[in-house]
Order: sequence, then structure tokens, then C-alpha cells
Amino acid sequence: MTRPGEDAVGGVIDVAEAVRGGARSALEVAEACIAGIRAGDPALHSFLYVDEEGALAAAAAVDAARAAGEALGPLAGVPIGVKDNLCTAGVPTTCASKILEGYRPPYDAHVIERLRDAGAVIVGKTNLDEFAMGSSNENSAFGPVHNPWALDRAPGGSSGGSAAAVAGRLVSAALGSDTGGSVRQPGAFCGVTAIKPTYGRVSRYGLIAFASSLDQVGPLARSVRDCARLLEVLSGYDPRDATSAVRPVGQYERACERDVRKLRVGVVRDELEQVQDPDVRARVDDAIAALESAGADVVEVTLPTARYGLSMYYLIAPAEASSNLARFDGMRYGLRVAGADLTATYERTRAAGFGPEVKRRIMLGTYALSAGYYDAFYLKAQKVRTLLRRDFAAAFARCDVVLSPTTPTPAFKLGDKSGDPLQMYLADIFTLPAALAGLPAISTPAGLSAAGLPVGVQLTAPAFEEERLFTASRAVEDALWRDAPAPAFAAPRGDRSAVSSAAGAPSR
Amino acid sequence: MVSSYEAVIGLEVHAQLHTKSKLFCGCATAYGAPPNAHVCPVCLGLPGALPVPNAEAIALAVRAGLALGCDVATSSRFARKNYFYPDLAKGYQISQFELPLNARGALEVELPSGTKRIGITRIHVEEDAAKNLHGVGAGTDTLVDFNRAGTPLIEIVSEPDLRSAEEAEAYLRKLRDILMFTGVNDGNLEEGSFRCDANVSIRPAGDETLGTRTEIKNVNSFRFVRMAIEHEIARQQAVVEAGGEVVQETRTWSESHHKTRSMRTKEDAHDYRYFPDPDLPPLVVAQARIDAIGAALPELPDAKRTRWRAELGLTEYDAQVLSAHPAVARYFDEVASALCAQAGGAARDEVGKRAANFVQAEILGHVEQAGLDARFPVPAAALAELLRLVERDVINGKIAKRVLSEMIESGEGAEAIVEREGLAQVTDAGAIEAAVRAAIDAHPAQVAQYRAGKTAVLGFFVGQVMKATRGAANPKQVNALLRELLGEP
Ligand SMILES: [Zn+2]
Repeated sequence: MTRPGEDAVGGVIDVAEAVRGGARSALEVAEACIAGIRAGDPALHSFLYVDEEGALAAAAAVDAARAAGEALGPLAGVPIGVKDNLCTAGVPTTCASKILEGYRPPYDAHVIERLRDAGAVIVGKTNLDEFAMGSSNENSAFGPVHNPWALDRAPGGSSGGSAAAVAGRLVSAALGSDTGGSVRQPGAFCGVTAIKPTYGRVSRYGLIAFASSLDQVGPLARSVRDCARLLEVLSGYDPRDATSAVRPVGQYERACERDVRKLRVGVVRDELEQVQDPDVRARVDDAIAALESAGADVVEVTLPTARYGLSMYYLIAPAEASSNLARFDGMRYGLRVAGADLTATYERTRAAGFGPEVKRRIMLGTYALSAGYYDAFYLKAQKVRTLLRRDFAAAFARCDVVLSPTTPTPAFKLGDKSGDPLQMYLADIFTLPAALAGLPAISTPAGLSAAGLPVGVQLTAPAFEEERLFTASRAVEDALWRDAPAPAFAAPRGDRSAVSSAAGAPSR
Repeated sequence: MVSSYEAVIGLEVHAQLHTKSKLFCGCATAYGAPPNAHVCPVCLGLPGALPVPNAEAIALAVRAGLALGCDVATSSRFARKNYFYPDLAKGYQISQFELPLNARGALEVELPSGTKRIGITRIHVEEDAAKNLHGVGAGTDTLVDFNRAGTPLIEIVSEPDLRSAEEAEAYLRKLRDILMFTGVNDGNLEEGSFRCDANVSIRPAGDETLGTRTEIKNVNSFRFVRMAIEHEIARQQAVVEAGGEVVQETRTWSESHHKTRSMRTKEDAHDYRYFPDPDLPPLVVAQARIDAIGAALPELPDAKRTRWRAELGLTEYDAQVLSAHPAVARYFDEVASALCAQAGGAARDEVGKRAANFVQAEILGHVEQAGLDARFPVPAAALAELLRLVERDVINGKIAKRVLSEMIESGEGAEAIVEREGLAQVTDAGAIEAAVRAAIDAHPAQVAQYRAGKTAVLGFFVGQVMKATRGAANPKQVNALLRELLGEP
């Protein structure tokens, strides 16, 4: 019997090597993973759907391939959770929204195909803020996720289910998506490594769009090396995404073995000085010291336009979302609430199907694109975005990576900010600039707060220089998160009798 | 009163680009398939699906721009036009807004008053919507057929340079002609691959300011465009003369009532919230590619007719008939150039004219048109072979018609048929002379008539000789020999 928080699974590279070498069968790993989810997820609610049947079949196929002497992929037998805004053929994909409850896509997202081709075992769909809009996972229509480090705290968002599932050792790794910080911020809150690749590095085909010019799929894993292996699988040109980059994929796993001597680490001094939280300040200082003692040079840089990140983001992302979410109209799939006529059907369907945060952003975005406001809002935000890119270009003339906190504070309590959208939006203040500039950024744990909560440190690199991020964050991890401590959590007594799910209990 | 007003008309034409697949996915554009046979996650607008531009469609749109004298942008942008309707899967149409692919072109239209230049503001690329089918299935249901969703279109927006319904019709015909000859559009109004919206306003003649305009939507024949515009001009004049004001609105042409009716007024006009589509990076077409498309631009119909008149001596009428459809024009060009390869200078006029006459009289009746393609009863090369036999006096025109029916029937070549059936003209002077002498000897009474001055009997002798030679004697030779042997009348 698996206890909550017990690691019955193992990390990405550990599992892949064990399965390849025959020390463990993929089926045995998948069964342990599912048992772990059954035991642990009632406390976390990190999964919306567990595809037991699909996972066992995929694991059996890996074992059969090995028995037949076939070459195994780099993720052979590795159990992975997938954020529920990534399309999985025949498996419910809801975006944690009532409007897509019960929707089963007819096709796999590009990244899902890549995972399957690499031998990964997709065990289920992880919880998120509805349509990836949120920073606490409290916007899920199917109930929030609990942070395994403290069950009364938020796991971050929007990829909160993915982060909690990895931190809670329910899976080896998970996929999330990052629009303004949605893998990095929950990664920091839950003490796992998460990378948002360069915009265009990973195909968006099959990722249900929130803000198309910002969305990127990124992995969350227990270690920097695990993350690197995953990103190497996910990356590459896809002709089905016109924004996909035609560039060779870096050697991310190999980059983890490089040292940081002579690496120039840029620090924005006034940004650091504005950090109020003493734990965050201390852990960021630790990370800077760790990099310096490993031979890196620390230099000061400025990003003057970054202070407008929040303003830019809350014009651009809602504007694109207001258009991207127009297709959820009750006509072809998902929820339909019939009205007296066509307009009434649209209104009633969308009123019933979308939660309050999604509605707020659709309204913000609709307003920002309206005739007479477009130039002042959307267009101006895009112009400032160009200035921000120039800021980064100037900074990268002086340094190789920029270091910052990932979040202003460690994980806050569930319910603390859910009544105040602006306070909630501020949780993403450090992750927004890289998203807006389309740059790769990684968050890796740099230790715990006094209260025992993980604190993340963020590194940002020029476009397509993910290798630098792996090299630098490995040095931080080595110094400050060497044994990848895991939270011990237990299901609270008397509630959450089973994994609640959009589709009921975990499959079957 | 009526003559004191001037109409100002601008046209927006939606022309389907003649591609095999849709604008942003690989689905077929074939017309007439069962509902929802040509669909995929992209054109159904399923969550997570993304558009990728079809290079063939972009090349055709560039070709249209060049044929219409536009500046082609090396970088243009797709934009989203946002509105809700069940035939619009994504809740927005991908179109172009601020930066269209083509801009600042013109079209010269021949009018009774002379040639007029009509400005073209822009030609942009966009996707078509699906089709709502009302009242099918269970009673009052509306079902949606997505076969048409995502079909590539260009929208050609004219300047408000047109002043009458006749000018509008002439412009549309000319535009359709050019798009068909460049292979951009199949010109099929019935299937909706060439659709027109008209913006109409009136103002006191000589005024510079524009009056309030109305837009007439989706009129699907040239005749109806003319009627709808005429009706709309008259309606607006009546409103103004009665002391009223024209209201800015969208109107629809009712084919059954032969008038325009109000669809919606400006108050309920949409705010489409256009913005650059973030799924599609700027559409970049290299200047070298534009130049290559320009260099390969097919001959436009005007140029073709001018060349035919100058080089082949065709009349304007013949040139018009033979250029009514691009496939016919191409066919005639092939026949004429094969024949003219041997003929030089002035002879070309004769050869060209005879080929034009033969194609019009004997071929056009058998042509089956299908979009931009057409099926001909015999290939152009085979027809050229036949006409070459006429030019070389191997057979005469009458026999040629007979050989042609044989060719259509059997698919055999002209020379083979002539040989097998012994249809070659008798040009052997000895054989002809023998036949002529026999005819003269057999009909002394007619000989006497001829010599008495009734020269009309010459025809009788020609007939006798042709009958004796089963039509194969060269008529010119027969004529000359008869005159000689019958002597001067
Ligand atoms: Zn399609």
C-alpha cells in the first residue's frame, strides 16, 4: 500500500534507465504510479482524469518493445501527467472549464505525440486554472489543487496540478503551459524545476490557446536534468504551427554537465531591492552566491521597461483570449444551454460555461480591442513589448543569463488572494517579462523558507539559448537543492474520499 | 430632376482562389461533396488546432495582384475579424486588415464612351465561412456544412470610381475575365466562386463630397448586379427627392421581387475588433518570388485579342468569341500557332482567319466547359493536322468537315482517315483532264449553251466532274481546265 507522499515512481532519468536496463518493467512503474495517485491525490486534487487503461497499455507496449529487442526512447516507461489544456485523442480535455466538460478531442497535441514516440506513459490530465487563467489554481471549475508542502496553500497556477503532482511524487514529471509564468510560478511554489522555452521552440499544435503570442508548453520535473531530457523530446519544428521555429534543438541534457565558470549572470539590482519577502531575498542571494562560488561572474543590468510587464500582459493576453475563446459557443462541442434564439443560446451557454476569471478576461480583452480603444490599449501594449525586447537585448550584450526571483513570495494560502484579482496578478510580476519578450526562462528551487516552503529562482536567457539555462540552474540546484527534498503530506481525514474528477473517479 | 444626380459605386468582389486545398489546412476545396466530407480539426476550429497558410493560394493571390497592376507587399499580415455566427467555427474569420497583400491597382474598362480606368484599392486574402443549411434534418433545425469553411478567397475592393450600373457590370465582366485567364478563379457565379457586394450612393452631379452609401450584399449574376444597382440608385433618388435622407445600411437583393431590401442599419453594425492574428507570423513573400510569378503571368485577354487581330487578322468579333473562355483561347492559340509555324507574313492572316472560322463553326458547339477547364472533341494538335491538309490542298473544306466527324468518332488522325477513305483531292492533271473531257463529251447541249454565253452552266460541269471523282478533284484545277477546254464563250 502506497502512502501519500511516498515516492513509488522515481524521476525521469531514473525510471527511463531502470526500464531500459530491465531493473523495472514499465508496467510495474505504471501500476505503482496509479496506486500512488489513488493514495495521494485525494489530498492534492492534482488530477482531473486518470487514464489507467491508456497508461497500462502504453507501459505494456514499452515492455513488449524491450522484449522484442527494439530500441527504447529516451522516456521509455516514464509516467507523466499532462496539463488538461493539451489535447489527448479520445481522452477528456476540459481546460478545467464547464464549457468543455466531457469533451474528447479527436487528435493528440504535437507534444503528446512527441511524448508517446519517446516511450512516455501518459497517466492522466492535471488540474489547472480554467483555460490557464490564474496563479493559484483556485479558478479550476472542478476545485482547487493543494500544495503538497502545505495543503492549505496554493500550488500556484495555472499549471498547479502539474506542479503538485510532480512535487507530491505522484508522477516522474508533468507538462504544463506557460503564458505569463504558468509553469515557473507553480514550479517555484511546489519546489520543482520548470522551464518555459523560447516562443516557437515547442509546437503549440493541440495546446488549447489562451494567449497565442505568449503560450508555450513546458515541462515540470524533480530535477534540472529531468527537465532537460523532457525539453529535448518536446522541442523541434512542427509544420502544423506557423509560429514554430525552424532551428536545431539544443543539447539540453549535455548542457547540464557544463560548468558555469566565466558565465556572466546579470542581476537587476532595483528589482531585487523591491522584494519584500525576506525568505525570497535570502534564497535569491544564496543562488547568486552559489553561482559566484562556482566561477560565474555577476554583473548588474537594467530592464527599465519590465515594470510595465503587468500592464502589457493584462492588455495583450486578455485581448488574444477574448478572440481565442470565441469558439466556445455551444454550437459544435462542449456545453450548450439552449435559449429562445441564437443570441440567447450564445449568451446562456457562455454565462453558464465560463467561470468569473475567464469572463473578466474576455471582457477586458474585448474592451482592449474595441474600435476607438485599440490604438490606446492593444497597439500601445505591443509597442511597449518591442521596447522590452530591446531592453533584454541590451542586457544580454552584458550578460549571458539574467537572474531574478521567480515569485515575490513563497506559496500563499488558498483563499488569500482569490477575492482580489490585482493582488493575484502581482504573483506573476517576475515571470511576465520573459513571456512578453518570448525568451526562455527556467525556475529552479533554491531552498526552503523559514516556514518550510520552497522558494524558486528564475534564470532568463536570449532566445534559443536554453542550454545556458540548464547549465546555470544545475549549478544552483547542485548547491541549494541537491537532494531534491520532497514534501511529506497526508490526506486530511474525513474529506475528499476519492480523486474527484471531471469525468468522475480515475478512469474505469 | 433625375439627371441632376450622379451615382457613385464601389464594388467588393469575393473570388475563390482556384486551389486544390483550403487556405489553412490540407482539406480539399472540391464543390458538391456530401456535407462535412472535407473537414479536419483546423477548418472545424477545434480547440488547439492552428492555421498554416497554403503557399499555392498565396501565389495565386500574388498573381491576381500583378494582373491587376497592384503593388504586392513583401510583408503583409493576417488579421482576425471577430464575430459570432454558427457558420464561423472559430468565432473569427482570418482575413487581412491593415496590411493587405496587394494594394493600389487598376483595371481599364471599355465603355461605349471610351476606356475608363477603375482604381483597385486593395486585394486581400481571407478564408470563406461554412454554409448554414436551414430547415434540413428535423424540421426547423439549421445544420452547418463545413466543406466550404476555410476555402481561400481574395477580396478585391474597387475605388468608388464607377458611375452607373452599366459601368459596374463592365468592370465585373472584365475582372472575371482576367481572373479566369490567370487561372486565379474559375468565374463560376452560380457556385458562388465569384460574388459581388456593391456600395452605392448618389450626390448632386458635380458635387465632390460623397453621399451616404448603402451596401448591397451577395448578388450572384451580372444581370442582377446591374438590376440591383439600377434599383438602388432609383430608390435613393426617390428618397432624396421626397425630402428624405438615405440611411447607411446593408441591403439585400431579392431575386423574386427584383428590388433591394434593408438587412441591417448602421446602428447594429458589428465592431469586428480586428487585430493581427497571433497564430500567423507576417506573411513574407520574397521580391524574387513576386518577380517570378510576374514573369510567368499568363497572357491577359486584352493582350491576347490585340495579338490575334494584329498577327492573325482576326476581327474584333472573332477575337471576342474565341477569348470567351481561357481554355478555348488556349486551344485556338495552339491550333493557330501550329498552322502558322509554316505560313509566313501575309499568309498568316489567311491561315488564322480560316482556323478561327473553322474552330467557331465546327468545334465550339462540341466544347464542354467545367470551371477553368474544358473538354474538346479533338485535341488542338489533331485539329491542326486536319487544317494543315486543307492548307496544302490535300482535301477541301467540305471534306474536312467529314474527316472531323470521323476523327471525333474514331479518335484517329486526319491523315490516316484521308488515306484510308481515299479522300485526297485528285490533283493529277491527267486524271482531272480525263474527267473534264468525259463530262464535255457527254453533254453537248450544255456545251453549246456555254459557248452561247450562258456561263452559269459552268457550275453544272463542275458538279459533273466532282461527281465523277467522288468530290476528290481539286475544285480550282477543275474550274480552270473547264474554262480552257470549253473555250471562250
Ligand atoms: Zn480542414
